[in-house]
Amino acid sequence: MDRRTFLKSAAGAGALAATGGLAMPALAQGASAKTLRFVPQANLANFDPIWGTQYVVRNAALLVWDTLYGIDSKFQPQRQMVESEEVSADGLTWTFKLRSGLKFHDGAPVTSKDVVQSLIRWSARDPMGLMIRAIQNELVAVDDLTWKWSLKQPYPKMLLALAKNNAPCSFIMPERIAKTDPFTQITEYIGSGPMKFVRNEWVPGAKAVFEKFADYKPRSEKADWLAGGKNMLFDRVEWIIMPDAATAAAALQNGEVDWWETPLADLVPILKSHKDISVDIGDPLGNIGAFRMNHLHPPFNNLKVRQAVMTALNQEDYMRAIVGDDDKLWKPMASFFTPGTPLYTEEGGEIMKKKSVADAKKLLAEAGYKGEPVTCVVAQDMAATKSMGDVTAELLKSIGMNVDFVATDWGTVGARRAQKTAPGQGGWSMFHTWHAGADCVNPSSYTAVRANGEKAWFGWPDVPAVETEVTNWFNAKDMAEEKAAMGRLNKAAVENVVYVPTGFYLGYQAWRKNVSGVTSGPFPVLWGVSKA
Amino acid sequence: MLAFVVRRIITTIPVMAFVALFVFSLLYIAPGDPAAIIAGDQASPADVERIRANLGLDRPYLVRFAEWSFRVLQGDLGTSIFTSLPVTQLIAQRIEPTLSLMVLTLIFSVTIAVPMGVLAAWKAGSWIDRGAMAFAVFGFSVPVFVVGYLLAYVFALKLDWVPVQGYTPLSQGVWPWFRNLILPSVTLGLVYIALIARITRATMLEVLQQDYVRTAQAKGVGQREMLFLHALKNAAVPIVTIVGIGIALLIGGAVVTESVFAIPGLGRLTVDAILRRDYPVIQGVVLMFSLVYVLVNLIIDLTYTLVDPRIRY
Repeated sequence: MDRRTFLKSAAGAGALAATGGLAMPALAQGASAKTLRFVPQANLANFDPIWGTQYVVRNAALLVWDTLYGIDSKFQPQRQMVESEEVSADGLTWTFKLRSGLKFHDGAPVTSKDVVQSLIRWSARDPMGLMIRAIQNELVAVDDLTWKWSLKQPYPKMLLALAKNNAPCSFIMPERIAKTDPFTQITEYIGSGPMKFVRNEWVPGAKAVFEKFADYKPRSEKADWLAGGKNMLFDRVEWIIMPDAATAAAALQNGEVDWWETPLADLVPILKSHKDISVDIGDPLGNIGAFRMNHLHPPFNNLKVRQAVMTALNQEDYMRAIVGDDDKLWKPMASFFTPGTPLYTEEGGEIMKKKSVADAKKLLAEAGYKGEPVTCVVAQDMAATKSMGDVTAELLKSIGMNVDFVATDWGTVGARRAQKTAPGQGGWSMFHTWHAGADCVNPSSYTAVRANGEKAWFGWPDVPAVETEVTNWFNAKDMAEEKAAMGRLNKAAVENVVYVPTGFYLGYQAWRKNVSGVTSGPFPVLWGVSKA
Repeated sequence: MLAFVVRRIITTIPVMAFVALFVFSLLYIAPGDPAAIIAGDQASPADVERIRANLGLDRPYLVRFAEWSFRVLQGDLGTSIFTSLPVTQLIAQRIEPTLSLMVLTLIFSVTIAVPMGVLAAWKAGSWIDRGAMAFAVFGFSVPVFVVGYLLAYVFALKLDWVPVQGYTPLSQGVWPWFRNLILPSVTLGLVYIALIARITRATMLEVLQQDYVRTAQAKGVGQREMLFLHALKNAAVPIVTIVGIGIALLIGGAVVTESVFAIPGLGRLTVDAILRRDYPVIQGVVLMFSLVYVLVNLIIDLTYTLVDPRIRY
């Protein structure tokens, strides 16, 4: 019996017990209906959403800091802190006005000076922010509520940049805090969002606590992801960090926690069978599994070798390894983009549907592959990367490649993948990862699809056709132009094998049935949720 | 005695210095980069490099070691790379749960293991002896996390007697504190019971062969008095030694137990820090554990004088 099976059995036994009708423990009986006990996807190890861009930090930051605009479930930017905006006819000058009466948690009013300084800090770290910076003329406060951003050339995606949910979001902080170097962590956690961060109760690795901000002014519109009124119905939200999935499952069954953001797929059947627990898809945008090949060194500097691997690959093998037998949790994708989103395209994706070992071997022979070792670096401490790594090793062997499988941890992969040296000299040939589907909806925050050589993400693909279409998408004036650019972009990315998507997969979230208002989203939407 | 204590404390200094040098060097050569983890997937190499520079991770080994050592000598273990909180504060936040778990485990284990070992030796070869030793083999063989899950299933989920996870500080009441720690202590204590029980049995078997035991029996000393007052006292030195050595087992076991029962203790702090490459935290915690271990050994040495009057320092 392996550990995974054991976890499943242990939690399963818990469910059997629960069906017998477990009484709530004293701990839960005393808990207030005004307190939400939430188990997040990971530990909140730091709390500067600009300095550290992990999604768990972004999720916590969404409670504490507000944004100027918010993306809704139709991927449209909507006003949030902003009351109005105006763009000049030539598209070069944007003038924004804040809603009046907004306050920070320390009681100070939110002013345009705070906004300007926050945008300066954000734009030094965010890919879209950096693009705006590169064409910026001036970013200045006009009066207490108004600021102006003038550019050297139009930037049609300005509102998307300010509304997007991809980390780092353009969170607004007090000017004095936003003056912190963007590469240095802030030490004061004051925002103007719906919840205050209770710093003295923060035990990194164990607990983070948020309390309702009484002076928060929610918008009147209905909440929809980051848009609309963020009405917090809890006085207190406790994030309880649980590194062990079986423990989290047991705690949810026992009523010791209310909501678990990312249950392990193996444990979901147990949770589904529990009479007091609801289970549904968490993030509808899911994740895209991926492995990246090093375009700088043999054998993957040869396009035909990359194409051979893509030709042999069967996404179902990868998805089953990650999510198991639940067919609702995965989809094949002949694309680099998130399935089910408005701009999704499979143009040029035929090779991704082939799954032919014979064709792959033929391509490999044409490429002149001579058995050069493939240094496959695989993080064993992440379930998804470990599963994908095992499948890839078998895949490469099946087409006759020489695999040097390096089993390590994610911390090491994170450092090693930045090495541009040859695989035999501390570098690498391939590593596995995954991309949040929210980042792969379009090219705006999709660093992984970029192919601008030395400046590209790890693997450093250099494909001018991809970069041309990324630019075309940014300059697109309407949806039709965006779609056309995306189609050509996908074709170029597939033909040149910028990287290899291994499939699209979803995850569940689980919560106690006395909690209502839970919705799906690319982040846990805590506003509008209540507990009986 | 006082001179011995002072001498031992002085000898602690080079031990701690070696541990500090070893841990610092090990982390320096270990693969991984906290700056890359902080910067996230969207960051450019230049961003990662700038974060690394701001954290001072780009400076030479000797400079970093000298600075860290100087701060440690002043009682400053540095600041966590990720949380920006002082390492001493992080340790202070976590020390109560770990200390509570270890003390409770220690009390529980010694209370069970010593009588079990004595009984097994007294009834050597009987079903009691075999049962006790089978239990010891079980305690050694079954991984801590398996025991933890099984106990949580039975006593938390099925019987609903205790919570599955978490920790309640002692300041919020003895019962809530105790209730949260019952399962983790039993879990962690099993291997410890096995260890102490086996050593107690072996030592007692040897002592029970001694002439003075036979003499005491001939003089009509009662079984209980003979076992626990005469024999056990003479068998105490190896038992006390193994109790002390077992503290290291507890420290290692606490890492797993704290994860299984979601106890916010030092074990989890250490694992989290290692996975993230939070060097100052790893160095601080390892240094503290080493100090604890050295002090425990000192206390054990001093305890010898209490159980065996022939030992003098």
